[in-house]
Amino acid sequence: MEFIGEHLLPGQIGQFFAILFLVASLVATVAFYKAANTLETQEKNGWIRIGRISFLLETLSVIAIFASLYYIISNHLFEYKYAWQHSSRALQVEYLLSCFWEGQEGSFMLWSFWHCLLGWILIWRAKNWEAPVMSIVSFAQFCLATMLVGLYFWGAKVGSSPFVLLRQEGFFDAAPVFKDVATGELRKDYLTLWKDGNGLNALLQNYWMVIHPPVLFLGFASTIVPFAYAIAGLWKKDHKGWTKPAISWAAFSTGILGVGIMMGAAWAYESLTFGGYWAWDPVENASLVPWLVMVAGLHTNLIFRSSGYSLKSTYTFYILAFLLILYSTFLTRSGVLGDTSVHAFTDLGMNVQLYLFLNLFFWIPPFIAATSKNHKLIVVALFIGLNVLAHFYGVFTLVSTILALVALFWLLNQDKNLPTIVKEENTYSREFWMFIGALIFFLSASVIIVITSLPVLNKLLNTNWAVGEDPEGFHNQVQIFVAIIIGTLTAITQYFKYKDTPKPFFLRRIAGPTLIAVLASIAVAIWGGIEYDKKGVGFLIAIHLGVFAAIYAVVANASYIQLGLKGKLKMAGASVAHIGFGLFLLGILISSSKKSVLSYNTTGMSPLKIGDKESPLENLTLVKGLATDMGKYMVTYVKDTLNPKDRKRYYEINFKSKKGDEKFNLYPDIIENNKGAEGVTPNPSAKHYWDRDIFTYLTFLGDPEKIKAADTSTFRNTNVRIGDTLFYSKGVMIVNNVTVNPSNTKYQFSQNDTAIALNITVISKEGNRFEAQPLLQVKNGSIYSIPDTVMAQSLILQFSQVKDQTKGLLQIGVKESSSVLDFVTLKAYEFPFINVLWLGVLVMVVGIVMSIVQRVKQMRRIGSDSRVG
Amino acid sequence: MPSLFLNYICGKPATMKKTHIILLVLIAAAIAVLISFMGDVTTYDTVTSAKEKPGKFVHLIAKVEKNSLDYDPVKDPNYLSFTAVDSIGNSIKVVYRNTKPTDMEKSERLVLKGRVEGNHFECRDILLKCPSKYKDDMNAAKKDLGTAVNYETK
Repeated sequence: MEFIGEHLLPGQIGQFFAILFLVASLVATVAFYKAANTLETQEKNGWIRIGRISFLLETLSVIAIFASLYYIISNHLFEYKYAWQHSSRALQVEYLLSCFWEGQEGSFMLWSFWHCLLGWILIWRAKNWEAPVMSIVSFAQFCLATMLVGLYFWGAKVGSSPFVLLRQEGFFDAAPVFKDVATGELRKDYLTLWKDGNGLNALLQNYWMVIHPPVLFLGFASTIVPFAYAIAGLWKKDHKGWTKPAISWAAFSTGILGVGIMMGAAWAYESLTFGGYWAWDPVENASLVPWLVMVAGLHTNLIFRSSGYSLKSTYTFYILAFLLILYSTFLTRSGVLGDTSVHAFTDLGMNVQLYLFLNLFFWIPPFIAATSKNHKLIVVALFIGLNVLAHFYGVFTLVSTILALVALFWLLNQDKNLPTIVKEENTYSREFWMFIGALIFFLSASVIIVITSLPVLNKLLNTNWAVGEDPEGFHNQVQIFVAIIIGTLTAITQYFKYKDTPKPFFLRRIAGPTLIAVLASIAVAIWGGIEYDKKGVGFLIAIHLGVFAAIYAVVANASYIQLGLKGKLKMAGASVAHIGFGLFLLGILISSSKKSVLSYNTTGMSPLKIGDKESPLENLTLVKGLATDMGKYMVTYVKDTLNPKDRKRYYEINFKSKKGDEKFNLYPDIIENNKGAEGVTPNPSAKHYWDRDIFTYLTFLGDPEKIKAADTSTFRNTNVRIGDTLFYSKGVMIVNNVTVNPSNTKYQFSQNDTAIALNITVISKEGNRFEAQPLLQVKNGSIYSIPDTVMAQSLILQFSQVKDQTKGLLQIGVKESSSVLDFVTLKAYEFPFINVLWLGVLVMVVGIVMSIVQRVKQMRRIGSDSRVG
Repeated sequence: MPSLFLNYICGKPATMKKTHIILLVLIAAAIAVLISFMGDVTTYDTVTSAKEKPGKFVHLIAKVEKNSLDYDPVKDPNYLSFTAVDSIGNSIKVVYRNTKPTDMEKSERLVLKGRVEGNHFECRDILLKCPSKYKDDMNAAKKDLGTAVNYETK
């Protein structure tokens, strides 16, 4: 049956390429696998050629899928479910790309696109490692492709295609309007009734959302490379060779994943109403944890290259980092976080498939690490057996995951070929302290992920645990100690040499930076005004220690560039990255501990509760036009305007400093939610100073409709004379005089009209003065009374009639009501030194890029040397 | 994951290294942290079970009773009160000292975090679960279509 106006071709093209992607990635996996296991050169090259051609097909398919979906979204073909679900006609062109990331299918596409790109760099540079590494990458691509095909195998749906039509999903079945009256089938011209999409989630309509997901997904995708190298090392039993190229890849992954996470933080800061950049939300944690483990892996890898220690840890960390990325995808995409996260993701009913994908990758490392056939068989048997059990008892999914890790550790320990050093590390060696640092990163990651997994445990163990009263505070209290230790280690470790350092040499060089850091942090403690007392004295001391550690890291690494590297900036990548890390810690500590609430509200609070540390009274209501006292500022809600382009309503809030003449406007806004969801989403606005941000967002908007319905007050009539003073509940008003045919900004009457206006001055208890001008007009033989309102005082004044002209007696109506109030309720914060945090991220990235460039250059030099030799 | 590391140590007790001791100490610290976390862990409760443990921090799953909302942002933006009803039909007065979350009335399910104090529930945090906003947005849209409000006239 054909339907009028449907565009089936782009979907068919897309679907074709999705299947081609699936097939090509399978062929590439097999070809690269064969190439890796073949010793004979010619045969190997043959397999590699097949692998590369398939990989090219794979890449082209991914691009074609992207293009088809983009065509569908940008041409508003709402017969497609994806376009309808994630976009609408009103959406700005800039955000068309964001529609990709909103849905699961689009994010998997993005992920596989980055795999393609990274794959080509590997094909170009990996040389001997190309075949084994690419077979892992291709296999991951195959798994991602299964998520996109949306095919049915023996009744089970595999994947979810982004090219499915709404009518294929039976979407219109329940709607009689779309039915042909005669046949009861879907009308041929149903698209004439189907004009617009559901729209993009309002939170995603932010410029960070155009750039943050691609960068974050590049970070996610990049973790496969160290993983694939580690697996390749185990597979080819070359435990040393892979660790060299892996360093640069791990550094790349650390940098890009870190930037992706921090862009997410910037997005949260600018468009979410967390009141900050980080909230220990499960979704944030899930991407932070792999980063921590990747950093640990990067450092143990460096240790192994320089001293021969920590190979097993390097294997473990690289493998875990990638597995944690998969786990975090599972967490955020399976809907299991439902009750704990503010992030909303759609559950596509693919949880079984997602879980199997995850669990399979957990069992690949032990399978490869097994050195004997028997061990390999046991691994396979365990994988199958546990998953059959898991089908009946959910708890075995957990058992399977943990056993896979135990098996990996056991097998790594069994492997006699793995180079290990029995001799103990020297305490005065760089590797010793680096290893401790890596361990702390790893344990910090473990603690975070266990806490974040609570909803998963609930599901598997049938418990109903919920996180305690203050999970954010708990995380902060734990991680502050990690920050203290890591900051200090970052400071001192470079001053140790690998293997052994003469004690006096070390002490002499570290003395200067230590002294500077101690003095600087004492200065901060005395004059810095860090007085965060919500969690007790212990935590405050910890914050000060953390500040010391962060300053120490910055100072020690800066002076190391001078002392240790003799100012050779080219070599200083690591030191620069560490300076960035120190600044980053410092920014976090200061901006969070000195964050202050400007909109602190004492209205309606019992005197006993004032000064209560945990008091949540952070909302302040601003009535339009009325300056309100808010900490250091007098704040006025001036007006609101709707921007038709981005469909946001901007509220102009004027801040005026009480001392001095600092004055600025902030424009927090609201955007109407997409269809299907009610209400509006507020976005914050911030004024950036070099040393602090003033940050505000709307927390409540008056709903005029509802308040009107509740308004039962009426006009109270009073007879007055010129010069009289009247009282109302919030102050007084003075009747000044009468103007005939007034002509001003409000009214423009000419000599031909008949209108008289009453000029009234309203003075509130607080001493604010307002002018009001109610008026009587004679038009076409009728008398009209036009009232005037004083918004800020909820006052409506009416000139009812001239009671007695000879006596000068006039009647006015006074109405006090909430219906006239135009107001907004908002929260405002001050974040001091938040720029230190962003600066730290930038410096860290610069350092990482420097060290990657240095390493790649070095490898190229060695490569060309050996060719010459 | 302590058991995984025990291999390293138990396998060769004779070569206990400094790193191993530090490892054990750190793992012990991590476990202590997790235990203290589990000590703070609370439960999802109904009105009745929450009332049985006054003063204890709980997550109450309930919804708003119709027309019970009291919120006047002009008078005090930091005071919201309403009656919460759980799935069994028991109800309790809730006080939330913050602004009213948008469309709270329409939410089919609320997670209220707080504690029972006296005869009311002192709420610290409210999590809204609107079916249309979250998981079942397709189903919700289908339901809308059934009544065909939006598209009939277009």
